[in-house]
Amino acid sequence: MSHDWPGPSPVTELRTEGLVHRYADGGVRALDGVDLHVAAGERVAIVGQNGSGKTTLVRHLNGLLRPTEGRVTVDGTDAAGLTIAQLASRVGLVFQDPDRQIFAGSVRSEVEFGPRNLGRAGAELRNAVSAALDATGLAGEEATNPYDLGQSRRKLLALASVLAMRTPVLVLDEPTTGQDARGLERVRTVIESAASEGRTVIAISHDMRFVAESFERVIVMRAGAIILDGSASHVFAADAWDALASTHLEPPLAAAIGQRLDLGSTPTDASLIRALGP
Amino acid sequence: MIALAGVGYRYAGAAGPALLDIDLELRDGEVVGLAGASEAGKTTLCLVVSGLAPRTVGGQIRGQVTLDGEDVDAWPMHRLSQTIGIGFQNPSTQLSGVTDTVFEEVAFGPMNLALPRVEVVARSWAALDLLRIDALAERDPRRLSGGQQQLVAMAGLLAMRPAHLVLDEPTAQLDPAGTRMVGEAIERLAADGASILIAEQKTDLLASICSRLLVLDGGRVALSGPSAEVLADLELSRLGVAEPSEVRLRRAADAAGANVARLAGAFARD
Repeated sequence: MSHDWPGPSPVTELRTEGLVHRYADGGVRALDGVDLHVAAGERVAIVGQNGSGKTTLVRHLNGLLRPTEGRVTVDGTDAAGLTIAQLASRVGLVFQDPDRQIFAGSVRSEVEFGPRNLGRAGAELRNAVSAALDATGLAGEEATNPYDLGQSRRKLLALASVLAMRTPVLVLDEPTTGQDARGLERVRTVIESAASEGRTVIAISHDMRFVAESFERVIVMRAGAIILDGSASHVFAADAWDALASTHLEPPLAAAIGQRLDLGSTPTDASLIRALGP
Repeated sequence: MIALAGVGYRYAGAAGPALLDIDLELRDGEVVGLAGASEAGKTTLCLVVSGLAPRTVGGQIRGQVTLDGEDVDAWPMHRLSQTIGIGFQNPSTQLSGVTDTVFEEVAFGPMNLALPRVEVVARSWAALDLLRIDALAERDPRRLSGGQQQLVAMAGLLAMRPAHLVLDEPTAQLDPAGTRMVGEAIERLAADGASILIAEQKTDLLASICSRLLVLDGGRVALSGPSAEVLADLELSRLGVAEPSEVRLRRAADAAGANVARLAGAFARD
């Protein structure tokens, strides 16, 4: 670890300014001028059609991709001047496909890898690892080879290995894909407890019900740009449905039913049930 | 038609069986859903039904798997792959990794069947059009998003024109419109006579396209029947399967003492 980093702070503010990204292969502008500010402790969902730039955007937040134009700042410092190791101590990113992330021969060594690289050792390392395994329901599987776990538990393992780094920002790329009901509940709980510790959580998802229930802010992307940004009741309100449809999204069922019954914007089951009355 | 009678399966080196006592009949033109918690045996059943297990996966099978009334064991691979196609859960398992454009990727399967060039081209465009990804034809498949790759893998499968299909979570990474589109494509193939088995965590999709549903638990069939009945079964949550949105909403409203008659009225307007 470099010593010029200002030391771990409990909060991190992220900003992108005029962010453009063009992949090397053929001029597609995966990001086309994204201005985004995420304050410390926010819970932000990023939604949008397949190929709209969601993954490209979040990979800039921990330096896996560098901007073609524009910049990313972390607590006011230009990320271009920070190494991936410095960024990784602030922003933990869980990949969509766990097999791109997992490489160790046992669950324990997989989860230990990140915090070890951040200089954790002894009791601090053990505590971080066991808390992450508990949160993801993998306690008891420490000696298991990751490839003996099913796809959805490999995904939870990838989540555990980033949780163990205790970064102030947690970025989850489609954490609920392929999860069964219990796995989904685990992901929800992980997000809630990270948020209650004041950590920032940014997640990409296609599950609008999960998005409406677990996130206070929803960012909607289309063709590399942000087209809507606001609370779930704002982005799932009836007057935003055309914009949602333009990027292959549909409001959650509760929002559709609330509109049908003229109850205003009811993005979650709970808000619809309140509006229905007894 | 695909039929399984008393099928059990054990992976090579595994301590216990992954599947036990599976009876399943998929009639032509029928879409049957497969639900269950993670590691309940869904993917294994997909491999067995498609004929890949034990043929290429190894392991030991008991009972009988027949395709259109024939035992598939003795079939050569090219015949098997034209009779039944399998879509894997992870598109990177499916994509060849040796093509530079989406079009070549989709054409890869039919090319290997030594079909005439015109036929290969026609099939490939038809599959790309069906999934509305024709605009991606010139793109590098390795440079697509996860969801786009999943659609490309599906197009490659459709271009093979298999008589029957097994799909393991085909919409896991798709946006809501993409999920709906794949659902419609599945219904269209079934209408043309294919038997289709689809494993999914998205019970809303299963509710909309499946006539029957099987729920696995520990490698055995825990529930089976018409999909509306199975999806309303109170056992579903215990089996690790998410209730469909409508079922969950109705139950939550009922439990909260909300005006359920008004809610039912809104659903009735569909």
